Amino acid sequence: MTAMPKFTRRTFLISSAAVGGGLALGLRLPPFGPAVVRAADGSPEITVWVAIRPDNTTLIRAVRAEMGQGTITGLAQLIAEELDCDWSKVEIEYPTPGQSVARKRAWGEFSTGGSRGVRQSNEYVRKGGAAARMMLVQAAANEWKVPASECTAANSVITHKPSGRKTTYGKVAEAAARLEQPKDVPLKDPKTWKIAGKPLKRLDTAGKVNGTMMYGIDVKLPGMLNAAVKDCPVFGGKVKSFDAARVSGMRGVKKVVQVGDSGVAVIADTWWNAKTALEQLPIVWDEGENAKVSSASIAEILKAGLDAEQAFVGNQAGGDVKAALAAAAKRIEAVYAFPFQNHACMEPMNATVRWTPDKCELWGPTQNGEGAFAQVLEASGLTADKVDVHNVMLGGGFGRRGTYPDDYVGQAVLIAKQMPGTPVKMIWSREEDMAHGKYHPVMQCKLVGGLDANGNLTGLHMRLSGQSILASVRPEVVQAQKGRDPLSFQGVFESGEHSFSYTVPNLLIDHAMRNTHVPPGFWRGVNVNQNALFIECFMDELAEAAGQDALEFRRKLMAKHPRNLGVLNAVAERIGWSKPASSGVYRGLAHLHCFDSFVAAACEISVRDGNKVKVHRIVAATDPGYAVNPAQIERQVAGSFVYGLSALFMQECTVKDGRIEQTNFHQYNSMRIAQMPKVETILMPAGGTVWGGIGEPTICVAAPAVLNAFYRATGKRIRSVPLKNHGVELV
Amino acid sequence: MRLTINGKSHEVDVDPTTPLLWVIREQVGLTGTKYGCGVAQCGACTVHVNGLPVRSCQLPVSAAGGARITTIEGLAPGKTLHKVQKAWIDNDVPQCGYCQSGMIMAVAALLKTNPKPSDADIDSAITNICRCGTFQQVREAIHAAAKAA
Repeated sequence: MTAMPKFTRRTFLISSAAVGGGLALGLRLPPFGPAVVRAADGSPEITVWVAIRPDNTTLIRAVRAEMGQGTITGLAQLIAEELDCDWSKVEIEYPTPGQSVARKRAWGEFSTGGSRGVRQSNEYVRKGGAAARMMLVQAAANEWKVPASECTAANSVITHKPSGRKTTYGKVAEAAARLEQPKDVPLKDPKTWKIAGKPLKRLDTAGKVNGTMMYGIDVKLPGMLNAAVKDCPVFGGKVKSFDAARVSGMRGVKKVVQVGDSGVAVIADTWWNAKTALEQLPIVWDEGENAKVSSASIAEILKAGLDAEQAFVGNQAGGDVKAALAAAAKRIEAVYAFPFQNHACMEPMNATVRWTPDKCELWGPTQNGEGAFAQVLEASGLTADKVDVHNVMLGGGFGRRGTYPDDYVGQAVLIAKQMPGTPVKMIWSREEDMAHGKYHPVMQCKLVGGLDANGNLTGLHMRLSGQSILASVRPEVVQAQKGRDPLSFQGVFESGEHSFSYTVPNLLIDHAMRNTHVPPGFWRGVNVNQNALFIECFMDELAEAAGQDALEFRRKLMAKHPRNLGVLNAVAERIGWSKPASSGVYRGLAHLHCFDSFVAAACEISVRDGNKVKVHRIVAATDPGYAVNPAQIERQVAGSFVYGLSALFMQECTVKDGRIEQTNFHQYNSMRIAQMPKVETILMPAGGTVWGGIGEPTICVAAPAVLNAFYRATGKRIRSVPLKNHGVELV
Repeated sequence: MRLTINGKSHEVDVDPTTPLLWVIREQVGLTGTKYGCGVAQCGACTVHVNGLPVRSCQLPVSAAGGARITTIEGLAPGKTLHKVQKAWIDNDVPQCGYCQSGMIMAVAALLKTNPKPSDADIDSAITNICRCGTFQQVREAIHAAAKAA
């Protein structure tokens, strides 16, 4: 039952043409009747989430971005579940932000980050599916002149039970589309789900195994040119001058243009020719004051923040930390550090733009269609009715393709604007992608814990010092919090979706915000990567100082955190924590609450020659409340460990002379299949009113679990990332 | 110069130092082969040259004249699927999918010379980067493809 959605190049071009020709979503076209809204192919829209073709195919609408995390398949399952449609005949259609704007944001939020795809839109998309089912059934009942209550729906077929008459969704769709959408739309009990909750295959695989899937980098438009771009390697620097004449005669070169005040682009017939010319182009930069900044100078500033007087409080769950630590029988202190890291999506940043004075359209990979729309609007100088963004498959996202100031979307528009009427595809080289990331924020952390004579934790002060993402990306949020960035406390916050999962009698977790000129971004898991590592490694340090088992020590602090305790116990049991490991094998564990999910990991590693780490096995438990597709969840969990362990062992972006030093994968490595541990996923959704995220939560528990095991194996407590800086490698 | 790609002959007018990858993508118009790093690190650009897996971002097109080049689009004839592609679908391997053309081409080449690879064989032969982290499914799918006739 594998559906084959038409994400092909042909459909892409056809639907683009259809949109351009006026057969757009949201337009009411007279030939089909006055009140019916049409999909791109003319199929009647039942609700904004569902259109049905006469051949009984269901077109499910998606506005969240698919970047590999499977959110489109999961959301389609939820809609199909309530719609009771034939899953083997489901296709996906992507409304554009322009269409959404024209319909008063009929599809809600496009932004795809924070593991919010399913957890924050599940209710309204399910209602969209359920309402469509009610309308289709009503349309059939009207035709048969029977009460709708006598009709049932399954697999896109409607049956009138008393008479046995049957019809299909496709046959009644035109009539259903003319009905008023019901207001009271009951949803199914998840316990009765037949499509949602099942380990179904993804909807978008076919084009990914035969080369036909259209990514941004593959976009082709008639008459299109290609652009290679270079922005000032020192963040905040500007272009002083460039000598276009030196490259204008080179093969294929059409034009050399300045991009904003900090970039230069070569536009050529092919990207390779554009890139070749750009490399020869003499550019003089005004690098500014930031050229003096280095990793060492940044580290000094962060170090000072560890003991600064002023800090923003994220968690002060009662008590007096100072007094508790002063009175402690034993005081333990440690300083940890986490570096800048690049997302390094497999597909470098790119976008294709066609600008005319009357219309500006962008085709490109974005995690936030509406955010990209706003940036195109601004850079194009046009009005909202003349702008649109066409999303394509993303070759990875991980937070990099969210909406950031001074980024690739705006650049692409500024380039195309200088070639009116000609579509221009701008592609960043890998080197440009490494030089102009939106980096995982740099952070140091000083932890001080106090134990009483019985080894009980009586006080804990966790002081973060480092960069705020929101201060750079969403300054209005930080202003509203009087300067505090609440997101910097992910996983250790006082309450909410990222709350701390221990009860400590005297607790203070605070943040000395120390921002740098390096632009930060949301990097899969965001701030839980470092916060989980800091707190969960330090918990092991405290347990050792208390002379207690790492698991038992944690459990005593978790009585009020039953769901965290649940996942922690689950991984401990599966890994066999209470029994000794095989000879030469060492274990570690960690857990956290984040993105409204409860996650834990336990691992088994061995270490050769004191520095070659083999991670044999990671058991991961996750309680996301509800599990929409267990097979895809397993893949996200295993994949998150590849991302997280690559970061732990191999990845750091260092700053020298104000710029990032690493230029490509040879200096910024990523795990290969030989290094992949066996990942066993325990899925234990406990239900309730809150749906948790999937794409990000588990990423943060692998690194502390492995570090804790490394300490048991070697007696070395490593407190800064990446481990390559300590001569430790993953094998 | 002339190139033979997926059994078809193409006349291309390019600088001979242009990497094969960009000729395939921009002159021939086959975009299934991906650019990831340009320095033969990630393997997203893997194609077969005379049956051997090659990272096409580092091969000047001048070195591929007269060779038999196969890309992901030509791995299986017509609308059929190669057993590796089939195993990829059966095991639901791709996440974002961007690296998978190169991954599939590398695996297809491995199975040609080593029809039943061990885990250790896979570890040494398959060195492509996948940032989504599909390796667990990749390994299962390789074994599944090896079992398929």
